[in-house]
Amino acid sequence: MMKFDAHIPDGPLAEKWTQHKFNLKLVNPANKRKYTIIVVGTGLAGASAAATLAELGYNILAFSYHESPRRAHSIAAQGGINAAKNYPNDGDSIFRLFYDTIKGGDYRAREANVYRLAEVSNNIIDQCVAQGIPFAREYGGLLDNRSFGGAQVSRTFYAKGQTGQQLLLGAYSALVRQMHAGKVKFHPRHDMLDLVVVDGRARGIITRNLVTGEITAHVADAVILATGGYANVFYLSTNAMASNATASWRAHKRGAAFANPCYTQIHPTCIPVSSEHQSKLTLMSESLRNDGRVWVPKNPGDTRAPNDIPEEDRDYYLERIYPSFGNLVPRDVASRRAKAVCDEGRGVGATGKAVYLDFADVIQRNGRQWVEDKYGNLFDMYQQITGENPYEVPMRIYPAPHYTMGGLWVDYNLMSTIPGLFVLGEANFSDHGANRLGASALMQGLADGYFVIPYTIGGYLAQKPHDSLDTSHEEFTKARKGVEDSLKRLLSIQGDEPVEELHKRLGRILWDYVGMSRNRKGLETALKEIPALREEFWKKARIPGREDEFNPELEKASRVADFMELAELMAQDALHREESCGAHFREEYQTEENEAKRDDEHFAYSANWEFVEVGKPEILHKEELVFENVQLTTRSYK
Amino acid sequence: MKVTLKVWRQKNGSTPGQFVSYEVDQVSEDMSFFEMLDMLNNSLVRKGEEPISFDHDCREGICGTCGLMINGRAHGPLKGVTTCQLHMRSFSDGDTIVVEPWRARAFPVIRDLIVDRTAFDRIMEAGGYISVRTGGAPDANAIPISKKAADAAFDSAACIGCGACVATCKNSSAMLFTAAKVSQFAVLPQGQVERKERVLNMVAQMDAEGFGACTNTGACEAECPKEISLVNIARLNREFLRASLAG
Amino acid sequence: MNWFFQFMNSSVGKKITMATTGLLLCLYLVIHLFGNLFLYAGPEAFNLYVERLSSLKPLVRVIEVILTLIFVFHIWNALRLTLANRRSSGEISYTEYQAHEVSALSSRFMGVTGSILFIFLVVHLQTIWYTFQTHHQEGQFYAVVTGNQVGFGNPVYAVFYLIAMFLLGFHLKHGFQSAFQTFGIRYNKYGKLIEAIAVIFWLIIPATFATIPIYFGFLKGGF
Ligand SMILES: Cc1cc2nc3c(=O)[nH]c(=O)nc-3n(C[C@H](O)[C@H](O)[C@H](O)COP(=O)(O)OP(=O)(O)OC[C@H]3O[C@@H](n4cnc5c(N)ncnc54)[C@H](O)[C@@H]3O)c2cc1C
Ligand code: HEM
Ligand code: SF4
Ligand code: FES
Repeated sequence: MMKFDAHIPDGPLAEKWTQHKFNLKLVNPANKRKYTIIVVGTGLAGASAAATLAELGYNILAFSYHESPRRAHSIAAQGGINAAKNYPNDGDSIFRLFYDTIKGGDYRAREANVYRLAEVSNNIIDQCVAQGIPFAREYGGLLDNRSFGGAQVSRTFYAKGQTGQQLLLGAYSALVRQMHAGKVKFHPRHDMLDLVVVDGRARGIITRNLVTGEITAHVADAVILATGGYANVFYLSTNAMASNATASWRAHKRGAAFANPCYTQIHPTCIPVSSEHQSKLTLMSESLRNDGRVWVPKNPGDTRAPNDIPEEDRDYYLERIYPSFGNLVPRDVASRRAKAVCDEGRGVGATGKAVYLDFADVIQRNGRQWVEDKYGNLFDMYQQITGENPYEVPMRIYPAPHYTMGGLWVDYNLMSTIPGLFVLGEANFSDHGANRLGASALMQGLADGYFVIPYTIGGYLAQKPHDSLDTSHEEFTKARKGVEDSLKRLLSIQGDEPVEELHKRLGRILWDYVGMSRNRKGLETALKEIPALREEFWKKARIPGREDEFNPELEKASRVADFMELAELMAQDALHREESCGAHFREEYQTEENEAKRDDEHFAYSANWEFVEVGKPEILHKEELVFENVQLTTRSYK
Repeated sequence: MKVTLKVWRQKNGSTPGQFVSYEVDQVSEDMSFFEMLDMLNNSLVRKGEEPISFDHDCREGICGTCGLMINGRAHGPLKGVTTCQLHMRSFSDGDTIVVEPWRARAFPVIRDLIVDRTAFDRIMEAGGYISVRTGGAPDANAIPISKKAADAAFDSAACIGCGACVATCKNSSAMLFTAAKVSQFAVLPQGQVERKERVLNMVAQMDAEGFGACTNTGACEAECPKEISLVNIARLNREFLRASLAG
Repeated sequence: MNWFFQFMNSSVGKKITMATTGLLLCLYLVIHLFGNLFLYAGPEAFNLYVERLSSLKPLVRVIEVILTLIFVFHIWNALRLTLANRRSSGEISYTEYQAHEVSALSSRFMGVTGSILFIFLVVHLQTIWYTFQTHHQEGQFYAVVTGNQVGFGNPVYAVFYLIAMFLLGFHLKHGFQSAFQTFGIRYNKYGKLIEAIAVIFWLIIPATFATIPIYFGFLKGGF
């Protein structure tokens, strides 16, 4: 039976973290040198953690399947990063950031974690500025802020539309500094394929060198996963092509509980799918909804060109349904409404799966130049992809999978249910509940890496003397063999279907039944179709090449194999959660006005799943969520 | 539409490569260049042949992973875009498209169209950072920085490390890449303390990696998907001269 | 001195050496042109000018030695730069490479234009300079320059001279601005000024040099 003690410190909310830092045992500087820590993933969370831990004196072995830490998916974040600095003096505070985040997550996150996140948010900005990150500034030379969805204050720091890039390059610079100092050994193009657990503790990993195919075991005193989210399970998402769930999933199979897998965020403003061949979806920043108006034709089957449809035949449905928030309702609401109008047959474009985002009004009001200054690069990107000029015809947008709130369960110390295995960034489940607010993921990744793990991992290591385990231990040889066998098994399938096609089919099942809105019947269908597809995968997939060479198809296949298993758990989780909350919308549980209806009495917990065997239902463990500092209310944006 | 691809195929770094031609039919204008390659690859897989390896990840022009020489142009014929942002509407029916990997001594081929750009990371290691310890930073607004300096730093920091500058340069020089990082920190107050060592060490590493010397042809600027300007190279030269002469 | 060798052998140091020697050569061009213009003032003026110069023998010798060193340095550095850069490009070159889309012709042919200039230089020294040294007694410099032995009266020399001046212009079209880029002062407030001066160097000076064979060879010499 798994234990779900979140180890939340006692005391008042605002003092928990300070008190906890004091209570944690310390590792003395001379001893730090003896410890080795493995960090898998060098995106925002992993790079910041590896750099900081190396600074403290630990030896770090860092791994990424990318050729360089700078290529991690964090680089793509556009909008910004939140912090409770209150520089604009508009009433922000740590408590307000905490409150907005808890509420935005529809009360499905742990209070103590979220409060700590808000508390360290300010240090992140200080740290980043000291590293030379060129945030946007005002003419007086001070930092500029912008506002973002779900908040009534301006607390978002940004660097044009490339905030993630600048933050990642900052963390990367801290990391290369430690690589130069010899404290971090970075392994590029190395895929982690298994976790090694010895005597109940995480003690190492098995990797495959993607260039040579070599399988290697690595031993350490603790293992950190910062391997990102799993939105690519949908095939089409805004995530980078290689983003995957393998590290988390293999750790899950070794005993780490997976929490809330069904909480997946669908972002409302993405460029719609244009053809069968589409390989990924591109996000158009949420900020566009500040000035664009969303509409569809009033009548189904209206095929006139958008500019030929007169005002009276248009339905500005967000403005109509939500008069006070209008086009600025939160992501989950905007996404669901877009789907609803398309399901009514009022969608636009060749596929009928899109709505208009129209800038005609603002162009008329403020002039084209104004729009160009503010959104020029996004408009260019849109034109590049679609071949249409958004200054002249309205943009077409549609929701797309974007972020995963679910992930490996961690306690207050960010440790999973396997002692010695820590999980940071999007890979864990900790801070966003059932829905993430914009500009909060970057904040969480860096908070975990720079300011939380450096303290909490010390507390773990201090209780456990360093020993001289090496990779000749039988658990390592067994794990290694397991990895080799699974690769051989994949290569032996010899079917005729490209892995990508199978992945696309999996994505379609998830999108249809475990996507923006879900119902019992659909989920039950998914629970039948997913295992069937998985079986087909193991019969029909075709993977050319060998395992001892550079083989991108093999990499892909091994990731898709894990998605095939994870998908089933997502459906299981979504089926069991008989309420609607945040991004998880169950059609059976809605108000008369079609809004999400939470059931706090029965579902105010995180659902943590224990792996049993492929194809068998997983075992549910609950961590009840206790709210002492906020009042649970129903979100309303009318 | 239908296009003919002439693609460089090479099994690994130690075997010689050669061009192989492929006909790709039913290409739509809306496809990205990579989606066209995906389609070709899937058909190769179906036939039991090895698909063409090429580097890519974000497919939206920010991660810097992609990079192909397409008809003799780094990242293809358009200005200011990466290969992944290139769409088939930039080509016409019946075109023959020559696809090659980046070529430079410091970028050895790993397979087909994929090269090893870790030399860039080693240049960064040599000094592409400001030495601050986590946690010890003063308040972010403690030092005001003029908007002009912040914007200039941003323009330099926008480099995605794709290597197109090296690929297109007849000298395979990494000056634009290196200069962008040196510049970012040279214009910011935070970068002043290590300013001298930074430029000397980064240039030394750049040379040690086997990149060529810049001769100001400007090809890098013309092909850079992020339109990083030659101003950065001018600044690097100045910084280098200053650092070398000052004691 | 360690830093000095490091500097000279670094890629940027090589560039700076190129630029320094190149600009010094440009300076010399101005002085040289000034002398040549005496040709237009007639035989007496020109001969007198050369006489005067010769009377400053020790100084002239020192300048000649310095000049030679600058040339040698420029050329030696150009050679090692070009070779090193070729090595950097790796073993396989592009099958398809649209260089003209991304860079100016002049910038890509500095080695070629420079090398032909070098040949010109040798010929030029061997003919004019050497003749001046050996026929010094007679004092008939004007005749040598305009004559049909080694002077502009000889169509082969005249045409060669014209080609060389064209290439010089081409060399400096890229070279002059490039030198300022190398010193890091091309893109600031002096940018416009440098652009203007560049025209003097790549267009006006080589063109003025070129008027001499045209005038004395094609027009006056009447071949
Ligand atoms: C288009 C887009 C825009 C966004 N915009 C914003 C925004 O404006 N504000 C905001 O706050 N958030 C934004 N987000 C979300 C945010 O970018 C991510 O949640 C966050 O960057 C995740 O960081 P990470 O460090 O956890 O993971 P990642 O950056 O995904 O890094 C994962 C790392 O793990 C490595 N890895 C993974 N698996 C393995 C394995 N098996 N073996 C070895 N290495 C492995 C990878 O190589 C990589 O280094 C955006 C997301 C997207 C998709
Ligand atoms: C009067 C004669 C010459 C003048 C005035 C001159 C001037 C210059 C100048 C100003 C530069 C630019 C430096 C820079 O890019 O920073 C240059 C570059 C160069 N010169 Fe000359 N030069 C002359 C003769 C030669 C000769 C004889 C050679 C021959 C071998 C030569 C080879 C080169 C080369 C290869 C470069 C290129 C360096 C680069 O591309 O950056 N030059 N020259
Ligand atoms: S300078 Fe431009 S071309 Fe060179 S690596 Fe950076 S983004 Fe790519
Ligand atoms: S794939 Fe990321 S920039 Fe092209």
